[in-house]
Amino acid sequence: MSDKDIKKATRHVNQNEGLIFERSSPGKKAYRLAPLDVPEVDYKKVLGAAAREDLGNMPEVSEMEIIRHFTRLSTWNYAIDLGMYPLGSCTMKYNPRVNEVVARLYGLAEAHPYQPEKISQGALRIMKTLSEALIEITGMDAITLQPAAGAHGEMTGILLMRAFLQSKGNPRKKILIPDSAHGTNPATAAICGYAVENLKSNAHGMVDISALAAQMNEDVAGLMLTNPNTLGIFEQEIHKIADILHEKGGLLYMDGANMNALVGKTRPGDFGVDVMHLNLHKTFSTPHGGGGPGCGPVACKKFLEPFLPQPVMVEKADGTLGFDYNRPQSVGRVRMFYGNFGMHVRALAYILANGPDGLRQTTEDAVLNANYIRKKLEGDYELPYKSASMHEVVFSDRIQAQKGVKTGDIAKRLIDYGFHPYTVSFPLVVHGALMIEPTESESLEELNLLVDAMKSIAREAEEDPEMVKNAPYMTRVSRLDETAAARKPVLRWRPAQAQSASE
Amino acid sequence: MAYPNDYRYTKEHEWIQVKGNTALVGITDHAQESLGDIVFVELPKVGAQLKKGDTFGTVESVKAVSDLYAPASGKVVEINGDLTQSPENINKDAHGSWMVKLELADAKEADSLLSSADYETYIKEEQ
Repeated sequence: MSDKDIKKATRHVNQNEGLIFERSSPGKKAYRLAPLDVPEVDYKKVLGAAAREDLGNMPEVSEMEIIRHFTRLSTWNYAIDLGMYPLGSCTMKYNPRVNEVVARLYGLAEAHPYQPEKISQGALRIMKTLSEALIEITGMDAITLQPAAGAHGEMTGILLMRAFLQSKGNPRKKILIPDSAHGTNPATAAICGYAVENLKSNAHGMVDISALAAQMNEDVAGLMLTNPNTLGIFEQEIHKIADILHEKGGLLYMDGANMNALVGKTRPGDFGVDVMHLNLHKTFSTPHGGGGPGCGPVACKKFLEPFLPQPVMVEKADGTLGFDYNRPQSVGRVRMFYGNFGMHVRALAYILANGPDGLRQTTEDAVLNANYIRKKLEGDYELPYKSASMHEVVFSDRIQAQKGVKTGDIAKRLIDYGFHPYTVSFPLVVHGALMIEPTESESLEELNLLVDAMKSIAREAEEDPEMVKNAPYMTRVSRLDETAAARKPVLRWRPAQAQSASE
Repeated sequence: MAYPNDYRYTKEHEWIQVKGNTALVGITDHAQESLGDIVFVELPKVGAQLKKGDTFGTVESVKAVSDLYAPASGKVVEINGDLTQSPENINKDAHGSWMVKLELADAKEADSLLSSADYETYIKEEQ
C-alpha cells in the first residue's frame, strides 16, 4: 500500500499495555494512610457478617504503575482535541476551554447539592439564566433542566404529552415516527406506552405530507420529528406538519438533536413545535462523555408547563430563587436534584461567551462547513438526496460498492488517514450511508485534509479495492472481527484466560 | 441465489412457504445480503397470535436491528430455535432458514403476495 496521500497521521511508537489486573502483585499499594487521629472502631463488630477480609481480585499496583497504565491507554485514544471527529448526527464540536475554566471555579466545583437554598443562590441563578437563554433560543415558554441525556429528554417530553392528553381524558395509542428517525425515538415512544407507526419519507427525504394526513387520526398522540432531519435536510413544510397534527388534537414533539443547525436562525416554538429536548452536549458544546454526564433539557409550550417534572425553579417575592415541589399535575421527578449541574455551567459559559451574534455565526459556519464538504465530494461519492444540506451531509457507497467496497470499509480506511470515521450505515433510509458532520469548529485546512483523504480513498477503492477492504493498517490493531465480537462476546477477564494466553 | 417459485414474498423482504393450513416464514436472501452478518434473532413465543403486518420479532446484524413482519395472519405453532444459537445460518441459506411456523387463519391470504418473479423485479427497482 502507499501512504503518500496520508498527511495528517504517521506511525509512531506507543507503549503496549496489559490489563491492570495483570500488573498486580500482592502487597503493592499506591497509598499511605495518615496516622489515626480518632478512636479506632472494631469494624468486624459493627459490620458483623458483612465485614470482608478478602477483597477478591483487586489489582495491587504502585502509584507510578497506575499513572503509566492510564496514561498509556490515553495515548491510544482519538479525541476531538487531537483532530476532526466528523461523526454525523453526534455533533462532535470542540469543547471550549472557557467552559472548563468556569466549571472549575471554587464556588461551583465545590458546591454541594444539599447546601441550603439561601447559600446556593449563585448556582440557582446560573440554572435560571441558562433556562431563560434556552427558552429564548427555542421560542418555547417553559423548561426543565433535569433530564440527563437526549433520550432521557425524549422520554420526559413524551411523558408530558401523555400527561396532557390524559388530563383531557384520553392518552391515545400511537406515536408517528419518520423512517429517518434516530433509533431512540421509537424506543422512547414504546417505553412511554405508545405503539409506534412508521411514517415514510418522500423522494426529497422529507416527511410526506399526504401520507401524514392519511395516517393522522384521533388515535395518534403525536409525531416525533427531528428537524433538520437525520439526512441533514430542513423539513420545509414543518408548519403544515404542525397544523395537520393540531387539527386532530395531536402534538408535535421535536427531537432537538440537530438544533445546532437552527440556533439564532429559526425557533421551533415559532414553527409549531409543542415540546422538544435539547442536547447540551451537542448544540451547546458540553463534553460527550463516554457514558459520562450529558444533559437533555426539555422545553415546552405554556399548556404543558403544569406537567413538567418536579421540582421546578421559581423566583420568590423577595427576588431569591428556589424550587417548588408542590406540583400536583407533574409527571414526577426524572433525575435527582436538578440535573447535571456541571453541564448547565458549561452550556451557559458557551452561550454567554458567544452571545447572540456569535451563536448565529456558529450555526452559519456549521452549515457552511457541511456544504463545503458536500460540494467537494459530490461526484466522488453518490449523493442520494439532492435537497439542500444543513449542518450535515449524507452520501452513499453506491459508486464504491460496485467494486465491493462498502461504507464500513471506507470508514476504516479513513482511520489510516488520521481521522475518526464518519457515521456508518445511518440513517437507515440510505443504503450504505456515509454521514458526515464537520461542525463549525473545523478550520478550512482541516476540512481540506478530510476532503483530500476521502478523495484519495475513492481512488483507492477504484484501483485497489482489496486494500481498502482490509483497512486499517496504521492502527495498533488491524481490522477487528465485529461479527465474532457480537456473536461470541468475551465480557469478563479471568485469571485462567491470561495464563493460557501467555503460555 | 435463486428465489424459490413455491414461496411468496413481501416488500418488507420476508418469504412464506404455504403447505396446506400451515406455513414457514423467513427473510429473503436480499434481506440477509443488505443486513450483513446477522448476530442475533429474536422470535415470538409459540402460541402467539399474529395479524398480517404485525412485527413478530427482530433480526440484528452488525449494522442494524430490523423488525420482522408477519406476511400472513395466524398462530405461531413452532419456532426455529437453532437460529438463536446459530444466526449465521440465515446468511448461509436464507431461504432454507425458516424462523416461525404459522397455522394460517386463511390459507389463501398469502396468494396476494409477490411471486418470485415479481419480488426479483421489486428489489431491482429498489436499488
